[in-house]
Amino acid sequence: MRKMRFAPSLLILLLGLTGLAPGAADGTWLYSVPTHEHDKANPFAGRPEAVAAGRRIFEDRCAGCHGKNAEGHKKRPPLKSERVQLQATEGDLHWLLVNGNLWKGMPSWSKLPDPQIWQVVSYLKSLKQ
Amino acid sequence: MRFGKLITLTVMLTATCASAQERPYFVTYSHEMEEPGSLETEFLSVTGAPPGGNRFFGATVEFEYGATAWWTSELYLDGQSTQNDSTIFTGFRWENRFRPLMREHWINPVLYVEFEDTSADKALREIVGHDGVPDFADSNAEARQDKERELELKLILGSNFHGWNVSENIIAEKNLSNEPWEFGYAVAASRPLALAASARDCTFCPERFQAGIEMYGGLGDRYSFGIHDTSHYLGPTLNWAAPNGITISFSPQFGLNDYSLPRLYRFGFSYEISQIFSHLHRQSGETK
Repeated sequence: MRKMRFAPSLLILLLGLTGLAPGAADGTWLYSVPTHEHDKANPFAGRPEAVAAGRRIFEDRCAGCHGKNAEGHKKRPPLKSERVQLQATEGDLHWLLVNGNLWKGMPSWSKLPDPQIWQVVSYLKSLKQ
Repeated sequence: MRFGKLITLTVMLTATCASAQERPYFVTYSHEMEEPGSLETEFLSVTGAPPGGNRFFGATVEFEYGATAWWTSELYLDGQSTQNDSTIFTGFRWENRFRPLMREHWINPVLYVEFEDTSADKALREIVGHDGVPDFADSNAEARQDKERELELKLILGSNFHGWNVSENIIAEKNLSNEPWEFGYAVAASRPLALAASARDCTFCPERFQAGIEMYGGLGDRYSFGIHDTSHYLGPTLNWAAPNGITISFSPQFGLNDYSLPRLYRFGFSYEISQIFSHLHRQSGETK
């Protein structure tokens, strides 16, 4: 009988944590970015083809959470926000994509090669125009 | 009941799929976790023939769910078919992977805990202890008498640099019916054929392919640690991430000593559904 209760409890815990996963996107991650990462320059800066490639990657990987037009969804933050477009440098966004913000639900995208991460950053920064 | 099936079918047909771009490894785990809320279903198969024995075909269906960004949970259902013998369901495994460090480092640890309840398993999801050719000598009926209720622990180490991924797994497995701890290892490295993505949609562009090499084997047990009477395999591995969310993987692997099967051929097929529960919520909302 105890075993029977154990399985549903685990399922509830799993689903509960999933609900918590998105967490609060409060922007505190910006304070964690080391200076040398903050100042990193985008090697694809000013290259429109990088924006197009970044858009493709975004639609594949990011749109499921952040929305097809980066408008955000529930607790997943919009990416056209002042924080992303004005406060964060391209280096900051690159750092966030590599490291994620695991405790708040943002996964690490270190599985993507570095050039693809910079292409996503190019696309994200193009959204302010 | 019919409503539930309809919802499931609708979700399967309309859910956003994501290009999985998984590493092309069959045995080795990388430190990369499933994205939170995403469900990856995978079919993994292996075929081989022991010297003088019957060819077998092992298969695993895997459901991998990203519970959080630092916790991935997976359920495996295993089966096998042996020529001139029978086709059987061999059991299940439930594994959980936890990422203890919240940042990316030059080497990233992941802790892995698995419980499995199998018998006559030929999926070869890992090689530990003295696993080798003699394990394939018994018929399925005989092999099923040997129940394997096992706890498996792994330390997964992974690094990404310059587009390369290098992963190492250290494996310890204990049959809960008073058998000694058995040990094994798996190492692999891979790289996409192109690091930057192309600007246009493409099906066979180089960034959709990953190639690498994988090696794994047993390290004996608590009382006979080492490589004596252990099997080891090495082979190239390749995968292709199709634009519709499907990833197809293939690897021919070669036994490195007489205790190993001469050749194994592995094939994998995976499909990832991004944000599965969001889609379920949305679907049920629309139905209401």
